[in-house]
Amino acid sequence: MANVTLRNVRKTYPGGVEAIKGVDLEIGDGQFCVLVGPSGCGKSTLLRMVAGLETITSGEIDIGGRVVNAIEPADRDIAMVFQNYALYPHMTVYNNMAYGLRNRGMARPEIDRRVREAARTLEIGAMLDRKPKQLSGGQRQRVAMGRAIVRQPKVFLFDEPLSNLDAKLRIAMRVEIRKLQRRLNTTSIYVTHDQLEAMTLADILVVMNGGVVEQIGNPLAIYQKPATTFVAAFIGAPPMNLTPIDAAEATARQPDGTGAGGAILGVRPEDLALTDDAVPAGGIGYELTVEAIERVGAETFVYGTRSGAAAAVSANPGELPPGEIVVRLPGQSAPTIGARVRAVAPRDKLHLFSADGRNRLGG
Amino acid sequence: MQKQSVFTSRWLPWLLIAPQMAIVLAFFYWPAAQAVLQSFLMQDAFGLSTVFVRFENYKELLSEPDYFAAILRTFVFAFAIALSSLSLALLLAVMADKPLRGVALYRTLLIWPYAVAPPVAGVLWVFMLNPSLGVIAHGLRALGIDWNPLLDGNQAALLIILAAAWKQISYNFLFFLAGLQSIPKSVFEAAAIDGARPMRRFWTVTFPLLSPTIFFLIVVNIVYAFFDTFGIIDTMTRGGPAKATETLVYKVYSDGLLGGNLGGSAAQSVILMGIVIVLTGIQFRFVERKVTY
Repeated sequence: MANVTLRNVRKTYPGGVEAIKGVDLEIGDGQFCVLVGPSGCGKSTLLRMVAGLETITSGEIDIGGRVVNAIEPADRDIAMVFQNYALYPHMTVYNNMAYGLRNRGMARPEIDRRVREAARTLEIGAMLDRKPKQLSGGQRQRVAMGRAIVRQPKVFLFDEPLSNLDAKLRIAMRVEIRKLQRRLNTTSIYVTHDQLEAMTLADILVVMNGGVVEQIGNPLAIYQKPATTFVAAFIGAPPMNLTPIDAAEATARQPDGTGAGGAILGVRPEDLALTDDAVPAGGIGYELTVEAIERVGAETFVYGTRSGAAAAVSANPGELPPGEIVVRLPGQSAPTIGARVRAVAPRDKLHLFSADGRNRLGG
Repeated sequence: MQKQSVFTSRWLPWLLIAPQMAIVLAFFYWPAAQAVLQSFLMQDAFGLSTVFVRFENYKELLSEPDYFAAILRTFVFAFAIALSSLSLALLLAVMADKPLRGVALYRTLLIWPYAVAPPVAGVLWVFMLNPSLGVIAHGLRALGIDWNPLLDGNQAALLIILAAAWKQISYNFLFFLAGLQSIPKSVFEAAAIDGARPMRRFWTVTFPLLSPTIFFLIVVNIVYAFFDTFGIIDTMTRGGPAKATETLVYKVYSDGLLGGNLGGSAAQSVILMGIVIVLTGIQFRFVERKVTY
């Protein structure tokens, strides 16, 4: 049970590449913190720095009120679940889980009790004598979890633990991890590139990009009020529609003058509606030619190109191509491909960002 | 996918393997058969008359205390060479597996000795340890050690083991390094988080995971010590002093080519052939299968 605090943590590799450019983060006791971002954003590096597997160039990492910068991974009282599980291939499931306890000189009966209890929790009791290669991916994942929980550490670290599982198992394990974490009430840091995993697991969501934190907060708060266009495009699927607007329109929408250099207007696909009605006051309307339709059952995605599409916005990963707008409609009815439609959103559903996408304008 | 090729013609498969078979027959089976045949014959010193003596050569060989001494010596050499070169190579490989500055250069340098031909390696060590002009011999003398492998059999044996082991370190190093690199780094990281200190990590994780490599290398090193040390022995000691460095292979050579006892020498090579077959059998049977993961 511990808080984890990161204070201006930086990581510069010997070649001069700056992987982490100053991260501040406060994770309360028992909270589940998810670090999310595209590959190469530094989220795994940051996690490995907390684990002690990467050195810290500057700043402080504090676990349970103790600065751990110079403390070996073994002495940080953490447990980690790796993406490839990193089970010891030559040891049985039992020994895989018992190894960390034996290294700490725990008494044999206590080791046995803990391993069996963890095995019962994770429903791997029947596999204790097997070697990792005799297990399926999901079972290995459970063993990796078991190895973490028997230690009863202060902090759990997860490095994309579900990305090697198939889609169905991933969802099942996601729910299990959350339940387990709630029950054990252990502070956890979880790294993923899957925004859905991030949204569903997190108490605190940390969106990272290019070695910096773009936004920290409650997942829904981030969804409702993304701080930058990167977050707007990364959180939510399909991503938020982002279109640049000129200075005149920006000033009209944001009279305080912050939009004097132009701005970027964002609207989520589900906030758009297809209608023939006039655009509501202060809202937005796009005249679209329907290019593609995706029906997934409960909802339908309509992709359209704006007539006279404007120039490109910043080319962040996950963003739509310039001039393309996606509309999310409930149910299965949709216009035909090639049809000309109008997509409108009311004023209170719009997001306004500075022209460089780095700041949210207005509330 | 179909793994087995299907031929409609009966002769085409035979034709296709014919070149390979020709080489195997001409260079392996024919000489081997010759050796077996020779081992049943006895020739006079001038090669004028040849008598079929059945197992006489073998009987004579097995009644010779010298031969058993050579067997024991060969096993001692093999054990000492395998142990020293394997443990040193493992140590170096574990060191070279760490992220070091200029690691590529370091690794290359460690692999280089393998490119040195055994006789050249032998000559190098002979020079360095020559009692009258060797650099190392000079140093040893300065330390008060009476170094003279030309007269002292144990020192000569040590010299052979040293040179042979040195020569083999690179080969072992290469395999150990490859073996280490095939173990996912995260396994070591998991062990580090699990509280295993470096030494314990080595013995409980690295070593067991390298065991297939170690097993394979033990067999290879024994075969090496048995057979490939010929060049080193021939350049360094010629089996001397007083046969102190005469291994089974060298004895085949000295009895047959130098001593003119072709039949006896052939009998020895047949026995050696048997040893190789056993070692190869062990390798196929265990190394291929005894993989722990």
